[in-house]
Amino acid sequence: MSMERFVYADNAATTPVSEIVLNAMLPYFREEYGNASSIYRKGRNAAKAIRLAREKVAKGIGARPEEIFFTSGGSEADNWAIKGVVQALAKKGKKHIITSAFEHHAVLHVCESLEKEGIDVTYLSVGPLGIVKPQDVAAAIREDTALVTIMYANNEIGTIQPIAEIGKICREKGVLFHTDAVQALGNVEIDVVAQNIDLLSMSGHKIHAPKGIGALYIRKGIRIPNLIHGGGQEGGHRAGTENVPSIVGLGVAVEEAVKDIEQRAAKTRKMRERLIDGILQIPRTRLNGDREHRLPGNVNVSFEGVEGESLLLKLDLKGIAASSGSACTSGSLDPSHVLLAIGLEPEVAHGSLRLTINDLTTDEDVDYILEVLPGVVEELRAMSPLWEKIVKGEHQ
Amino acid sequence: MEYSDKVLDHFSNPRNVGEIPDADGVGEVGSPACGDIMKMYIKVKDGKIADVKFKTFGCGAAIATSSMATELIKGKPLEEALKLTNKAVVEALEGLPPVKIHCSVLAEQAIKAAISDYYTRLGIDPLPIVGPIQDTHCHA
Repeated sequence: MSMERFVYADNAATTPVSEIVLNAMLPYFREEYGNASSIYRKGRNAAKAIRLAREKVAKGIGARPEEIFFTSGGSEADNWAIKGVVQALAKKGKKHIITSAFEHHAVLHVCESLEKEGIDVTYLSVGPLGIVKPQDVAAAIREDTALVTIMYANNEIGTIQPIAEIGKICREKGVLFHTDAVQALGNVEIDVVAQNIDLLSMSGHKIHAPKGIGALYIRKGIRIPNLIHGGGQEGGHRAGTENVPSIVGLGVAVEEAVKDIEQRAAKTRKMRERLIDGILQIPRTRLNGDREHRLPGNVNVSFEGVEGESLLLKLDLKGIAASSGSACTSGSLDPSHVLLAIGLEPEVAHGSLRLTINDLTTDEDVDYILEVLPGVVEELRAMSPLWEKIVKGEHQ
Repeated sequence: MEYSDKVLDHFSNPRNVGEIPDADGVGEVGSPACGDIMKMYIKVKDGKIADVKFKTFGCGAAIATSSMATELIKGKPLEEALKLTNKAVVEALEGLPPVKIHCSVLAEQAIKAAISDYYTRLGIDPLPIVGPIQDTHCHA
């Protein structure tokens, strides 16, 4: 086994830009550098590239091109969607949002900030398997509900939510429905019309486009305040000279991501199942989140008596890049809010590991992870006073 | 998050890991809910720390600070070991990220807890000598 071995198992954090995306982008840096608002050829070429990219993104989720607005990423799209809807509807007395307890912080922290401004927020519990119940959404809807925002798939435990059912309920009750589909796009079939989705956030860098580009889908007819006032780009809704290379990249990335989803998912799922089965051989280990309704590449497990960050560092020393909870929480001392939301004890949540693979992962990569991981867990347990207590039955 | 080479070195090759079965003093600080527990074992001879071992459940910084702290007190007289500050541990590790400073406090307190236990076993009230053991809080 060579020391150079590197296995990237953190695709939910970010992905490398693919060759096809990069090649599509390159001309727009030094050759077709025109400002899309300019009248001459270079400007028109840029405008055309943006139009084509918008069409591709729209097609990827079953939307119309005029319903797609490019943003700097998923967080911006989430912020715009939620604050925008609330701002538009609060005037009409609708001051209530329904969300779930395990949303990405780009949704949760927006909701929390709105609470300080007098908006009422219901945080639905997600149960031990990490799935929102549609009937809970229905029961939580009130006269003054402005928005339901439920993520399409969870970023930490990969559980896929019953989006079509929730969408149907919201549409029937006349409540707007937003979903953060950052993790889901390219892994599950998204159809905003069939699934009754009113607003949807997406991010480029999770699907092999660059960082710093994303989009918000806003169903035609829904009016939310403009995000950035300025030169009238994005139909006047989000001004600023367009990031043409990245927009082109996002277009190609979405087109690629929604191609052969079932085939790629099946391949990935097979490797994931092998990973889960192998990892669960390690004593006192649990899988977090529903195994069936789960993104094909997501593995999230907890090892009792082990702390997640030290596990990541040990894996890094062996050339395996993974994450513990979400990349945004490592660095804070609190255990993952997602794992707490599905009922894990804080100390078990501290010992979690997220591996996110995709169809570019190989069987050899899976073998390598399964070869390295048990030893690393054992090493850390051997020096863990908590593990000592667990083994002696002194803990809980 | 950036860890210094020194932290990574002490994390990947921790010094003085293990237990001392016939320890003269054992101290444990931290809590599972906070994500870090440090347990220190000391052997005392002629008023000096003749041997020290640790076991730690925690992040990379928790393991590295435990390792460094044990190195810094090994062979030292008890009074000197008691003077070890978390700042000295951080400096010896060439810095720690701000969110990880509490790990160095934990290491300092773990040593104090072990020495406290040593005095208690001798029937000496440790409080005037060691002072109170700080209970480190976390948000959990």
